[in-house]
Amino acid sequence: MITLDINGKNYQVDVGPEVPLLWVIREHLKLTGTKFGCGIGACGSCTVHIDGKAARSCQTAAGSVAGKKITTIEGLAENHPVIRAWIKEQVPQCGYCQSGQIMQAAALLAENAQPSESAIVSAMDGNLCRCGTYPRIKLAIRTAAKEGKRS
Amino acid sequence: MKRTFTRREFLKTSLAGAGLTIAAVMTPAGLRLLSAAELEQSPSFQPNVYLRIAPDDSITVVVNKSEMGQGVTTSLPMIIADELEADWKHVRIEFAPAGEKYKDPVWGMQSTGGSTSIRHMHDTLRKSGAAAREMLIIAGSEALKAPLRECAAVNGVVRHMKTGKGFSYGKLVFEASRLPVPQNPTLKKEGQFKYIGKAMPRLDMLEKSTGKTAFGIDTFVPGMLYATVARPTQYGAEPASFDQAAAGKVKGVKTVVKIPRGIAVCAESIDAAWKGKAALSAVWRNPAMAGMGTGTIEKDLIARMSEQGVVAKSQGDVKTALASAAKKVESRYLLPYLSHATMEPMNCTASVTPERCDVWVPTQNQGGVQALAAKITGLKPEQVFVQTTYLGGGFGRRFEQDFVEEAVSISKAAGRPVKLIWTREEDMQNDFYRPANYTRIEAGLDDKGNVTAWSHKIVCPSIFARVFPSMMKNGIDNAAVEGVTDLEYEVPNLLAEYVRIDLPVPVGFWRSVGASHNGFIIESFVDELAAAAGKDPLAFRLGLLQKHPRAKRVLETAAAKAGWGKKPKNGQALGIAYHLSFGTYVAEVAEVSVDKGSGRIKVHKVTCAVDCGSVINPDTVVAQMEGGIIMGLSAALKEKMEFADGGVKTTNFGDYDLLRMSETPEIEVHIVTSKDPLGGIGEPGVPPAAPAVANAVFAATGARLWSLPMTPDAVKAAMK
Repeated sequence: MITLDINGKNYQVDVGPEVPLLWVIREHLKLTGTKFGCGIGACGSCTVHIDGKAARSCQTAAGSVAGKKITTIEGLAENHPVIRAWIKEQVPQCGYCQSGQIMQAAALLAENAQPSESAIVSAMDGNLCRCGTYPRIKLAIRTAAKEGKRS
Repeated sequence: MKRTFTRREFLKTSLAGAGLTIAAVMTPAGLRLLSAAELEQSPSFQPNVYLRIAPDDSITVVVNKSEMGQGVTTSLPMIIADELEADWKHVRIEFAPAGEKYKDPVWGMQSTGGSTSIRHMHDTLRKSGAAAREMLIIAGSEALKAPLRECAAVNGVVRHMKTGKGFSYGKLVFEASRLPVPQNPTLKKEGQFKYIGKAMPRLDMLEKSTGKTAFGIDTFVPGMLYATVARPTQYGAEPASFDQAAAGKVKGVKTVVKIPRGIAVCAESIDAAWKGKAALSAVWRNPAMAGMGTGTIEKDLIARMSEQGVVAKSQGDVKTALASAAKKVESRYLLPYLSHATMEPMNCTASVTPERCDVWVPTQNQGGVQALAAKITGLKPEQVFVQTTYLGGGFGRRFEQDFVEEAVSISKAAGRPVKLIWTREEDMQNDFYRPANYTRIEAGLDDKGNVTAWSHKIVCPSIFARVFPSMMKNGIDNAAVEGVTDLEYEVPNLLAEYVRIDLPVPVGFWRSVGASHNGFIIESFVDELAAAAGKDPLAFRLGLLQKHPRAKRVLETAAAKAGWGKKPKNGQALGIAYHLSFGTYVAEVAEVSVDKGSGRIKVHKVTCAVDCGSVINPDTVVAQMEGGIIMGLSAALKEKMEFADGGVKTTNFGDYDLLRMSETPEIEVHIVTSKDPLGGIGEPGVPPAAPAVANAVFAATGARLWSLPMTPDAVKAAMK
């Protein structure tokens, strides 16, 4: 049994410690907002926060994060500035990669509230989007940052 | 979990007075609109779209097209809501189950592709919305005890205009549902539209920005097992041996079954299923072509060029014109196989029992899924219930049903519901790829630089020969020759030939299909002709498009907005290309620079002009252009499938990387409005991207790239 703190709630899961966190979150706990894309940490679809930092849950063994604070897309408030910006800029197309993009962007803004263009690109470059929503992702991050400045 | 909503349930709810229902049905006499009561009495009619208004004012549009990012779950409801005078905040959608009545009225099959959703559904949806509006106004005038001519529908309310009194639609559904359905409702005129033509926010944005959207992979069914399949690593191979007992011993593995496509392992968790698959230690034998690899494929393509092709188009006398040309230009182009690489890997959940088969699947082809599941299970199509989920990307890949075949076969054999999830490696290695292509063009110019002859020969595997063999005409696959046989450039003598090459690598529809190669090849070649004629690439194109004003307009618009003819920024150069596909004209100007040392291309900006006739949701048009350009650039700069030892060598995003944010240029989209018929929007943004970049690289360096992708090494080699 592993105890995981996900979105402020404790879950007891009966999985081997080597099982990737991604599959525990998605298939065992049915928090399906976190997506499977590649299984090798090359696409970012599975991005969650571990102790506030963006991490690829497909590359994170469930046993290694017991006791750490895990946040998934379900743990972000609907009025989170990044989610609001995503809707304002009409970012998603198919939407599959967007949970990972949003989690990556939220972690960036938590660390760097006013990221430069190059800081945005370097933080987001590990997240693939086959629909090609990158221009709008960039725009939405700027929008969210601007809003953060105002409030 | 959403559940399939059957016609009977649908009729029951509407007949019970729970709502006003309009069914649009195709009859031998054309489109008819039926109320739920009529529908019940006319079971042989084939409704394709439903509109349901409930007493709580909610308006449900049942969408018979798949949402894969192209925005149909917003733009199709916009059309119906506009004619209905609906309040947008009450509009929601449901995906149609598979069934005769949901067939596309133009195609006669239930599927999504070819950038046709709006084009094929537009008239039906307008009429359905308008008929419902007229019925609601009649019901409203009776309820208001006001003369009909003094009542109007405004934003979800039928109002007596003199007194201002009104009833919301929800209050009128019972009365309205008893009225006959007008067969020829009055449609709105241009200028009266409320949603059509406006950038409406998409209905799926909140869900998709909060992780709530249910894709196929998010399906859970009580009692389901996770399934994975061991498949041959070489095309055509069959199992020689596998250790069923070892797989069965893995904790959590429940059953191992052989299916036509391989050996399936079913387990209580996906990780256990994968462990079980590894324990199979499957060995394969008798591959179709053991020595096949990227090199042999390319050699084969090139060798076949010397063969006699089938003539797909012949106009004038190319041979004579070439012989008498003042100048000849000949080029050969080689394009690779490409993977769809949808972000959501292929998956399907199926539950087969002796009485019924349920399939939950992200599919572009509901009709095909239903027919295939019926065939595998031996059930009747009406015993197969297909629930379409949201699609984590489609691009043509999800028109195929290989993953459905696996899930249904496994569930049937295992006697349990199964959720089949492909890994990225399985997805990449079991695709129906965009075909490779080898093309030679010879053209003749007269002494004034006019094009007198164009001889175009294509060696390409056939998509249609497998998918729609009945649509092969004279041995010609239209997907291989489209854009060439209908070349808009005004060339007096034109010859197009096609050599079909059959290889073990399966090919399928990939966003923009034949236009994805022919757009690159034609637009690169026209640029070469312009250079040979000593003319400006834009002016040269315009000169060849005298009878094609829409083509000229997108070219001129993109060029003007991109600053064509002005001195570009230091070290940068512009390249232009246009292509007509799916009824839509798109021109793109790429602004690039090339690092001479590394050969690395940097695309700084793409300026796009699009004419898709009338526009439903302009923001969706912009989004689809942005996405199409990025997919086109990804193919232009990075993507190539590699093959070795009779199978696929490429494995994952590590060796098949897609365009990333750091490589994405600024994109500017200009919609050129026209009164022309509706064009498609999902695909036409792709074709001009690669040639615009190749032409810009030529402008920047003088080096011409005749093959894709334009990797730094390829660019360096071309610059030598």
